[in-house]
Amino acid sequence: MTEQNTDIKTGARPVLHNKLPQVFSTPNHKAFIPFITAGDPTPEDTVSFILKMFDAGADLVEIGIPFSDPTAEGVVIQEASLRALKGGMTTDKAFEIVEKVREKTDKPLVFMTYINPVFHYGYDAFFARCEKLGIDGIVVPDVPFEEREEVLGPANAHNVSLISMISPTSESRIQSIAREAEGYIYVVSSMGVTGMRGQITTDIGAMVRSIRAVTDVPCAVGFGISSPEQAAKMAAVSDGAIVGSAVVNIIAKYGSGAGDKVADFVRSMKAAIAALPAGN
Amino acid sequence: MSKGRYGIYGGQYISETLMNELYRLEECYEECKKDPEFRAELHRLLCEYAGRPSMLYYAEKMTKDLGGAKIYLKREDLNHTGAHKINNCLGQALVAKRMGKTRLIAETGAGQHGVATATVAALLGMECEVYMGKVDTDRQALNVYRMELLGAKVTPVMTGTQTLKDAINEAMRDWSCRVQDTHYMIGSVMGPHPFPMMVRDFQSVISKEARRQILEKEGRLPTAVVACVGGGSNAMGMFYNFIPDKDVELIGCEAAGKGVDTALTAATVATGSVGIFHGMKSMFCQDEYGQIAPVYSISAGLDYPGIGPEHAWLHDTGRATYVPITDDEAVDAFEYLARTEGIICAVESAHAIAEVRKIAKNYSPDQSIIVCLSGRGDKDVAAIARYRGVDLRD
Repeated sequence: MTEQNTDIKTGARPVLHNKLPQVFSTPNHKAFIPFITAGDPTPEDTVSFILKMFDAGADLVEIGIPFSDPTAEGVVIQEASLRALKGGMTTDKAFEIVEKVREKTDKPLVFMTYINPVFHYGYDAFFARCEKLGIDGIVVPDVPFEEREEVLGPANAHNVSLISMISPTSESRIQSIAREAEGYIYVVSSMGVTGMRGQITTDIGAMVRSIRAVTDVPCAVGFGISSPEQAAKMAAVSDGAIVGSAVVNIIAKYGSGAGDKVADFVRSMKAAIAALPAGN
Repeated sequence: MSKGRYGIYGGQYISETLMNELYRLEECYEECKKDPEFRAELHRLLCEYAGRPSMLYYAEKMTKDLGGAKIYLKREDLNHTGAHKINNCLGQALVAKRMGKTRLIAETGAGQHGVATATVAALLGMECEVYMGKVDTDRQALNVYRMELLGAKVTPVMTGTQTLKDAINEAMRDWSCRVQDTHYMIGSVMGPHPFPMMVRDFQSVISKEARRQILEKEGRLPTAVVACVGGGSNAMGMFYNFIPDKDVELIGCEAAGKGVDTALTAATVATGSVGIFHGMKSMFCQDEYGQIAPVYSISAGLDYPGIGPEHAWLHDTGRATYVPITDDEAVDAFEYLARTEGIICAVESAHAIAEVRKIAKNYSPDQSIIVCLSGRGDKDVAAIARYRGVDLRD
């Protein structure tokens, strides 16, 4: 962590110069955060899908850098990752996708990937390139609280927030994780892996209340959300909804022609969230 | 730095959903280790059910033929279920039982760990599901049926390379869905802490016995101990109590497949680099972007793109040496041991025999080498026949 990034007042939390605060800054504004796998089905398609999702109202887009063995993913994102890798997707090419997106928009972007591709790229080289391209945060599902030191320093030095995940099994860990959280907190709605679920039974409201007791870092709920109703329900008790598999599934079905369908989907999700009564 | 480190290696690189479970597991395991009742129960099962201690057999014909050090075989192949895997499974299942788990899941490559898990699940009255790559269910069909006979559900894994690493991915996914009632019996010295430590502890009975046995027979320590390494559980068990004996060489034999200069290899130390995968920082076969590489070996049990973190550390510090053994060398050694000593060993263990055939003559007859014969070879007979172009179908 560089000297100028350290908050003088608290001495503890760094002040990162990125666009994540603006995602959640409007009062009563709930964020809609779609996820997309880089390079599925082609890099050009990914660029176009990301721009269309922003046009349709996405507040932030999570871009997945595919990994050969995505142990936290359900079958939809597993298959998308393999399709992308088979098509020749690499970490460098994921950066090139972001370069193209940045020619058109400066809206917030976050990477989601596994630790090994980042480790192999070299932490400093990876996050320096993120900073140059205006990548605002990173979600790494196989780096829990205990291993944050692995990437926190280099990420923060380049103004990239390391997004923490909190899951239904976190229990006593919730508050220690939340205290150290930055950017936003990825609240994992359900046990298991990513993927669309008929219903989400976890008491998300209780998890969020427990988080809010110790931090005002915003909470976005992900894993298993596929319908506007679910998104609205999750966003009602948090600051936003993250949707991956449902987006990736549309791309799996329609391939390069998925752009308008993805945009329609984002619009419907965004509308459901925006229709929430004020004060939630 | 987090817990469970071996130098820079190890750690707990796993999803948040599993972290509390790893803490509970570690806590329960530490309690078990100190509990005389747990230790007595494990000891009883190891002796009366698994058949320990395993014999340390002087391979006289092999010794004479190779013309050098005296060769001893640590006969883990004679354990119940036919391999060293039962040592770990009995230990972990007793821990899981104490944690209140009712269901055991496991990954398996050759099927030996799956069979041992299914066996222990039957013994302790627990539900069992084993994940096995589709390629492996095909080449180890006999072990699939054995697991089913023991009451386990065998789920073929169709993703990725359809081998051991994919079976582990799928078992991890299962575990993160059902962590309340399920214990994931990791079969090797890999994964997030506390697994590498716990599996090593349960397997260290191999070297504990072997060290005592060789001192009884030879009155001195061996000059070398040799074991095959996939993830590395039998090797870690074989090495562990010899690590402080600085003069004892520790040699791990990796599966080179068609050769370390080909893409068809599983020799991690020879061809891999440092990475973070399957919950641990260790050495892995991977490409320049950190994508895990497909690996190949005739041996489904060594067909893994990584090694346990403690092995990576033993390699870095120079305490152990890791050598690649090709399919050809392993198959030759498999046949050699059958003809010379009348023992059909697992093709995994044959990798260790192959190394001993190379190095025995470098030592004098007053020195000894212990080879861990980690498993028996019934499961491999059909694959070896295929390798030799023999059609066994009638």
